Amino acid sequence: MAEFDLAYLTSALPLLWDGMEVTLLLTLFGVVGGLALGAVLAVLRLSRAKPLALLAAGYVTFFRSIPILLGIFWFYFLVPLWLGRPVGGFYAALIGFVLFEAAYFCEIIRAGIQSVRRGQILVGLASGLTYRQTMRTIVLPQALRNMLPVLLTQSINLFKGTSLVYVVGVRDFLTAADIIGTRDNQIIEMYCLVAVVYFLLCFAASLLAGRLQRRYAI
Amino acid sequence: VRYHWNWAVLVTEPYVYWMLLGLMWTVLVSLSGWIIAFSLGSIVGIARTVKQPIVRTLAGAYVEVFRNVPLLVQLFLWYFVLPELLPKAAGTWLKRELPYAEFWTAVVGLGTYTACRVAEQVRAGIHAIAGGQANAGLATGLTTWQVYRHILLPVAYRIIVPALTSEFLNIFKNSSLALTIGLLEVTSRSRQISEYTYQPIEMFTEATAIYCVITLIVTAGMRVVERRSRLPGMITVEAR
Repeated sequence: MAEFDLAYLTSALPLLWDGMEVTLLLTLFGVVGGLALGAVLAVLRLSRAKPLALLAAGYVTFFRSIPILLGIFWFYFLVPLWLGRPVGGFYAALIGFVLFEAAYFCEIIRAGIQSVRRGQILVGLASGLTYRQTMRTIVLPQALRNMLPVLLTQSINLFKGTSLVYVVGVRDFLTAADIIGTRDNQIIEMYCLVAVVYFLLCFAASLLAGRLQRRYAI
Repeated sequence: VRYHWNWAVLVTEPYVYWMLLGLMWTVLVSLSGWIIAFSLGSIVGIARTVKQPIVRTLAGAYVEVFRNVPLLVQLFLWYFVLPELLPKAAGTWLKRELPYAEFWTAVVGLGTYTACRVAEQVRAGIHAIAGGQANAGLATGLTTWQVYRHILLPVAYRIIVPALTSEFLNIFKNSSLALTIGLLEVTSRSRQISEYTYQPIEMFTEATAIYCVITLIVTAGMRVVERRSRLPGMITVEAR
């Protein structure tokens, strides 16, 4: 059994970093995909076409009712069935994250747009701007400023949440540490290390979110 | 790839029974965890609003630590790491002798994690009340404790009912993570049965339906709580 010291940690670092890359990639793709789909859903939810708004609301309610872990199991099984070949846990989990995060991002975007007072839209329209111009020059800039800190907080949540890929054996940061810890009989130290690293990263990011909120608050 | 449908698997012995057991554990773990989350979260949340800086700092540290470490990692710390850090006798007892160890670990893990989220809501609820009310209470001769008991808390809790509903729903969803430490709750059972029977679509559909029904029941129940506790003339924040 190796000693848990700096030399040991240095030897484990490349594998841990590989894991962190997977974690960061999952977070990045999850946020980008979730934001894109979430924006579409938010537009549908706010649209005047009743069926579309209901459909989007149903999507959000449905995905917010189920644990994401169950979602990961669904896609881990379904995606290979659709494609007819195994694709591994990474893509299954990624699809799960995008679909689930979209529901959360949709609500954040919707709340952001609704936080702009209705009177401002009316004033924009009354002053001769088209609906599109009102949205682009009056509503969205303010809505974005209101949403920014919450979007960042949700992204931090996803960063923490990607650790769930552990259940389908994707080698993210937690799983990599788990594998190394089991191999070298250092599981206790490895779990503690993982907790400290996650804490430092998320704490720093949430401080940043707090500063953004203070700076951009309207 | 051909998939052989067999919805009968849902009502086949012993799988019905297994799934019911899973449901029992999901409900037990979530409700027990909520007891910890609500009581500890209330204490920490109130502690974040008191005058003493030390108390405030400690409560703030609690929230930051539990909020910024993934729940899955927290569960591993409770289950695998804690017994090693305790004195040998206590550690051995936790690992070998404690009955339903994975249940208790999940309850404590979920409870302490959700407590930090409840604490934030309680704090927000207290801060939402105008400071003048607390001062008025103190000026009329109430003690600090009495101000909290009779003025701040009754209003604060009513304001945050919708937010607490979200957290209560979250604990049911998050209880699925307990499968990683071996608790056979709904998600875990659906996976187990799908491996036995090769009917994952049916089993995952059932699990999905169970969670949806839990959400419906909790939402309906909390709506009653919300109506009963509503203060006339007060606007509460809608749950998002």
